[in-house]
Amino acid sequence: MDSHLQIKKDSLLQIQNGETVPRSVIPCLTFDRFAELLDAFVKNNGFIVQLFAFVEDGKNKLLAVVRNENLYVLATEVGESFPSLTASTSPRFHMFEREIAEQYGITPKDHPWLKMVRYHANYRQAADVFGNDYSEDIPGNYPYFQVEGEAIHEVAVGPVHAGIIEPGHFRFQCAGEEVFSLEIQLGYQHRGVERMLTEVPFKRLTVLCENIAGDTSIGHNLCCCQALEALGGLSVDPGARTVRSIALELERLANHIGDLGALSGDVAFNPPAAYFGRLRGEFLNLLQVLCGNRFGKSLVLPGGISQIMTGEQAKIIGDKLKELEPEITNVCDLLFTAHTVQARFENTGTVSKQMAADLGLVGYCGRASGLEYDVRVAFPNEAYSSLHANRNEMVAGDVYSRATVRREEIMHSMHLIRTLLNRKGEPCAKMTMHEFTLAPESFVVTLNEGWRGEVSHCLLTDKDGRIERYKIKDPSFHNWTGLAMSLRNQEISDFPLCNKSFNLSYCGFDL
Amino acid sequence: MLKIIKNRVEQGCKTTSYPKEPIHLYKRFRGLPRINADCDPAVIRQCAAICPQDAIYCAEKKIDLGKCTFCGRCENVADGAFVTFSQEFGMGASTREALVSDGSLPALAEHSKQHFKKLFGRSLQLRQISAAGCNSCEADTNVLNTPFFDLARFGIDFVASPRHADGIHVTGPISKNMKAALIATFDAVPSPKVVIASGACAISGGAFYGSPEIVGDLNSIVPVDLYIPGCPPHPLTTLHALLHYFK
Repeated sequence: MDSHLQIKKDSLLQIQNGETVPRSVIPCLTFDRFAELLDAFVKNNGFIVQLFAFVEDGKNKLLAVVRNENLYVLATEVGESFPSLTASTSPRFHMFEREIAEQYGITPKDHPWLKMVRYHANYRQAADVFGNDYSEDIPGNYPYFQVEGEAIHEVAVGPVHAGIIEPGHFRFQCAGEEVFSLEIQLGYQHRGVERMLTEVPFKRLTVLCENIAGDTSIGHNLCCCQALEALGGLSVDPGARTVRSIALELERLANHIGDLGALSGDVAFNPPAAYFGRLRGEFLNLLQVLCGNRFGKSLVLPGGISQIMTGEQAKIIGDKLKELEPEITNVCDLLFTAHTVQARFENTGTVSKQMAADLGLVGYCGRASGLEYDVRVAFPNEAYSSLHANRNEMVAGDVYSRATVRREEIMHSMHLIRTLLNRKGEPCAKMTMHEFTLAPESFVVTLNEGWRGEVSHCLLTDKDGRIERYKIKDPSFHNWTGLAMSLRNQEISDFPLCNKSFNLSYCGFDL
Repeated sequence: MLKIIKNRVEQGCKTTSYPKEPIHLYKRFRGLPRINADCDPAVIRQCAAICPQDAIYCAEKKIDLGKCTFCGRCENVADGAFVTFSQEFGMGASTREALVSDGSLPALAEHSKQHFKKLFGRSLQLRQISAAGCNSCEADTNVLNTPFFDLARFGIDFVASPRHADGIHVTGPISKNMKAALIATFDAVPSPKVVIASGACAISGGAFYGSPEIVGDLNSIVPVDLYIPGCPPHPLTTLHALLHYFK
């Protein structure tokens, strides 16, 4: 055990990103003390990374991972209910508490918005908090928020949408064109991933994590592999760390570029939409050059990578970047200087800094509203501790800001990849998937800055080193509420634009 | 305006000349597997044991492309002694059985329903249903509308309403929570209609096989006409399948 893991029975325990911690040293406090500490922490600019329920020795427990400039963990025991922290402290807890209610049938009392999250029976076969009968179709007992009045009308969209898009249901309460309220109901993509991860053979773990959200395959699988490496005591070659970082940046590039194109299409400015659409594919092809799959699936394995990057692949990537960078610069210039585009992007879908902080937004959605948090800077792993960061100046919180952050990050990511490609001669062995033993009675949390923001996985092992609880958090878990808030008092016709500026994951949320 | 013209000149024409001219993918791409039937059974068992999808059948010396995610572990573990993945991206099949492959697939064009060619050969409108996958199948289907592939030049379009569609294109393992919406969408498409199962998830549950939260086999709910394997299928795999099945 590291010396900094001092057992402080009555306080937060500071931990590191991707560090194995014995479960016995995690402070398990009374609920009152747990709530008191979290209340003080959150009100003092602290944010929630994970908050979830699990069962230990037949008792219901909650475990929280929180962050300011450091990471901390703490736990508490609860019975069948506990006083809601959403009600007493901050809306930052609201989705986490709904998830606890759904997954373990534990009621957060006085929760102001206690609705199902994904629509499935709880893991304990306990009485259902929402009064649902799960043999009935989604959404079951789900009272939608309604605005009443003579001029009010309701618009319902989904789950099947008018494009090639994932399913989700949206309810707008409108007066004419103006949206008063948007309620987003998800769960259609629920596949039971968290539970599967505790039940399937070891060899399936990475394949499942790559498919939590295909556009974040690298981000999610990195979280999984780093956690397994920590629990198994595996070291990773510097060369493999470099390639994993390149892959994470390629994933970011492909998605940011595709989204700028889609934003352009949503304001009916077709040339950049077509160009960015094609350019996005170029970056997916570079991931295919690295590992044979356009989404980077199969690349990352516990202990390293499945295929090493030789000079040949490095040259293909380097040459392609050299070819594409001026094109991207020019198409960005075309998009961002068009007056019609500016008129639609500016002051649309604004999320104030206060609102973003209240909701705990992460990634570019948070950064566009002035929350600087970036896992690559705050809790760096892989090759990031030696790389410089991007700091965006545009923090108005509107569509224009979110698009500008993406534009800056595109340029920044290309620079990072060039830097990483110059690191030649680092040792890097090819890995194959093999089973190894995990530290028993242990806990680990891993964080990575996926292209949408903070991706985090949390693992608890039992006395035999089996995974007893696997908790996943996609950045979309924080940010969907941000999208709903950004639509208030907007024209309903701006919904596609706002939606694309967030571009959140349905499957990453639904798990 | 000048910027638009300048960018237009710089971008040029990027549309591929496929299928008039062949297209070659980079050597690391994993397409149709080649199988060495003379391989030592112990090696085959080793490959089957490491396969995360349990897609390798030792006795038959076959690999189930409906389950396979093309992760390449079976090739890596034995240095290609049993399986090597070729760069052949054309992998569509008209029956589920054909996907259990000894390294070859029946020619798709000869196995398609001939009235489909007559009905939809010049114009095919599809309604896409995303049913609990990971969104990479959807992403690589969307890519077909970008200038490089330009799907519309073949008379094939993805449309916004099932009422306007000739069939459905389904991705994902079909969660319980999407089953009703999928059936409603299928019912809303006028007959005669086509059903396409795209990606390992829609065919067999893919990475999620065994989960109690999914249906895991599109054919168990609606009759599938065309199977497109992959995780996700490469855009060229989808394009190849659509052109060979309907043209």
